[in-house]
Amino acid sequence: MGRVMIDTANHVAAYAAKAARVRVVAAYPITPQTTVVEKIAELVEKGEMDAEYICVESEHSAIAACIGAAAAGVRTFTASSAQGLALMHEALHWASGARLPIVMVVVNRAMGAPWSIWPDFSDSLSQRDTGWIQFYCADSQEVFDTVIQAYRLCEDERIFLPAMVCLEGFILSHKYVPVKIHDQDDVDAFLPPYRSGWILDTSNPVTCVNLVSPEWYMEFRYMIQEAMENAKMLIPKIDKEYGERFGFRYGGLVDKYLCEDAELVICTMGTMGAEAKIAANNLRKEGLKVGVARIRVFRPFPVEEIRKLAEKARMIATIDRHISFGMDGFLATEVKASLYDMKNKPSIAGFIAGLGGRDVTFKTIEKVARKCMKWLGNGRVERETEWVDLRDVKT
Amino acid sequence: MTTIKELPREEYLLKGHAACAGCGPSIALRLLFKALGNKVFLVVPASCTTVIEGPYPFTSFAVPVQNTLFEAAGATASGIAAALKIRGLDDVTVVGWAGDGGTTNIGIQSLSGAAERETNFIYVCYDNEAYGNTGLQRSGATPYGAWTTTTPMGKKERKKDMPSIMAAHRIPYIATACPSYPVDFINKLRKAKEIKGTKYIHVLTPCPTGWRYDASKTVEIGRLAVQTGVWALYEIEQGKFRLNPPSDRLTDKSQRKPVEEYLSMQERFRHLPEDSIKKIQRWVDGDWEHYQTLASLERCI
Ligand SMILES: Cc1ncc(C[n+]2csc(CCOP(=O)(O)OP(=O)(O)O)c2C)c(N)n1
Ligand code: SF4
Repeated sequence: MGRVMIDTANHVAAYAAKAARVRVVAAYPITPQTTVVEKIAELVEKGEMDAEYICVESEHSAIAACIGAAAAGVRTFTASSAQGLALMHEALHWASGARLPIVMVVVNRAMGAPWSIWPDFSDSLSQRDTGWIQFYCADSQEVFDTVIQAYRLCEDERIFLPAMVCLEGFILSHKYVPVKIHDQDDVDAFLPPYRSGWILDTSNPVTCVNLVSPEWYMEFRYMIQEAMENAKMLIPKIDKEYGERFGFRYGGLVDKYLCEDAELVICTMGTMGAEAKIAANNLRKEGLKVGVARIRVFRPFPVEEIRKLAEKARMIATIDRHISFGMDGFLATEVKASLYDMKNKPSIAGFIAGLGGRDVTFKTIEKVARKCMKWLGNGRVERETEWVDLRDVKT
Repeated sequence: MTTIKELPREEYLLKGHAACAGCGPSIALRLLFKALGNKVFLVVPASCTTVIEGPYPFTSFAVPVQNTLFEAAGATASGIAAALKIRGLDDVTVVGWAGDGGTTNIGIQSLSGAAERETNFIYVCYDNEAYGNTGLQRSGATPYGAWTTTTPMGKKERKKDMPSIMAAHRIPYIATACPSYPVDFINKLRKAKEIKGTKYIHVLTPCPTGWRYDASKTVEIGRLAVQTGVWALYEIEQGKFRLNPPSDRLTDKSQRKPVEEYLSMQERFRHLPEDSIKKIQRWVDGDWEHYQTLASLERCI
């Protein structure tokens, strides 16, 4: 059954943590994540959620406390954003290296300086190489469903890795929309009790993550890489099973829309993926063959799926809400890297848009798509990386 | 009170560990296990101890150990304590075991947070007065005048008084110790185990490698630290300060050996001029007047 409520994605994330029967939450406030942890604190205080809420003194401590609790055998949750996530950076490696299935909601916010409280993906994408699985959500329902899916995935013995569930600040975090909160019994049936690869146990003492010599370090890294590959196989399965039980499906690794016959595939993430679908609908009315590939899982990166799309499309346009200075957006880089050895690969155009929360609506995306269609007609991409709607600036 | 004879024979710090010969911290660790048994979850931040454990796939610790980030012992222990509460495991003691660098410098935030939250655990700072693991750099606990690799002419500032900082957190139990007085240390650990909340024990652990003395002299140097009054053995229980034997008689200045006896045995103080030694003696004497005052108060903070 479940019940439909009208609420923000942040509150929905909190309800998802509750539905997942999280037992320890440690978090530190930062805009726009705050209402996630406020809601959890409230649920715990009122006795509606059976968990320990640790009011830590920093984000670094938040994740370190989750590491301790996960190691001591309970399901943990945290949430953060921007500078807070950056402060966790060191510990993110520790969590994945120790193979602890912690789930964190990242409410995306641009990195300072200058201060910005509005979203882009520079905070979470900077954590790309920390060994965390990364999901990116396009709406509030997906936030709820992905948190539950993430626990199921992370606690699978083929994975035992932590995961981030990312959602854009304000665009999702504070927007009220109807969302279905599934029944506890149904969630329980889908998500078994907490499991991890090892726990602290006095009857079976282990020294967790001690010094590893060059003889062994690489093997530990390789096992993480293997787990990431396993995740590529498991995420679509879990998504499918979830869809069968709850009626919501997100395409596994990539949410594909009208891609079958598309000449131009717009490849993007998060809410821009939702806007891109509207843009595609509108452009199709004009006879333009546009499809959308919303990258739902950035780590592991869905290389094979991108290659499959590239076999059919004549052009892929990446729209990044991110910039890796001195290069381009990570999405562009990774799509290119996925295709480099393909014969007859489509041309690729990269767009940087929406940094620091600048609105990217379907109209912006239509504009981008039209430009690409023109380039496609001319037979050449005029600019490999273009900043969308940039004002005149002197450097 | 436990006597030496009553200590368990079991060893949870196993043979073949990787500490330097004469390592004070490893003596203290061995005593800690003797005091608390094996029903402990040990939290270890980056330090000499991460090396003493030995490299994967080996370990020299026969208790469960969670290694953690340098600055995170307090926070990781908080997470473990919360999980134990959830799991209803009330017979397991959570112990943070961190060096003076991980305690007085980089880790003070997470320790302070844990203490303020009244996290139920024992935090032991083993103080070798330097960053041992990274090759003996100065820490906040390095004493005035001591050579380290980052204070080649001797440290110019005084030692940070970490137990007093912890006392300001008004936690229920604070103690100082030294493995040269094993029974005192063990009794303090056992007492701490019975108290709920955050317990802090600061144990001075001589380090032959860093302090530059012969490895056979660790126990002797520790004794001298106490006998000269450079290191006082005390407890603060529910705010009440009390000097413990053998420090309790040292408020009488004539009972204290001159600090020079302690300093002169260690090469790290070799370059100290006469007037610096006098200055240290004056400071120590001042500390003891302070201890006397504290002992006379109902609550020290
Ligand atoms: C964030 C971070 N910075 C620096 C280090 C390097 N580091 C590891 S141990 C250590 C010194 C530890 O000193 P202390 O806490 O006094 O313990 P000891 O080595 O003396 O046992 C340092 C600087 C680290 N591991 N992490
Ligand atoms: S450097 Fe000092 S504290 Fe570290 S292992 Fe050697 S003797 Fe022990």
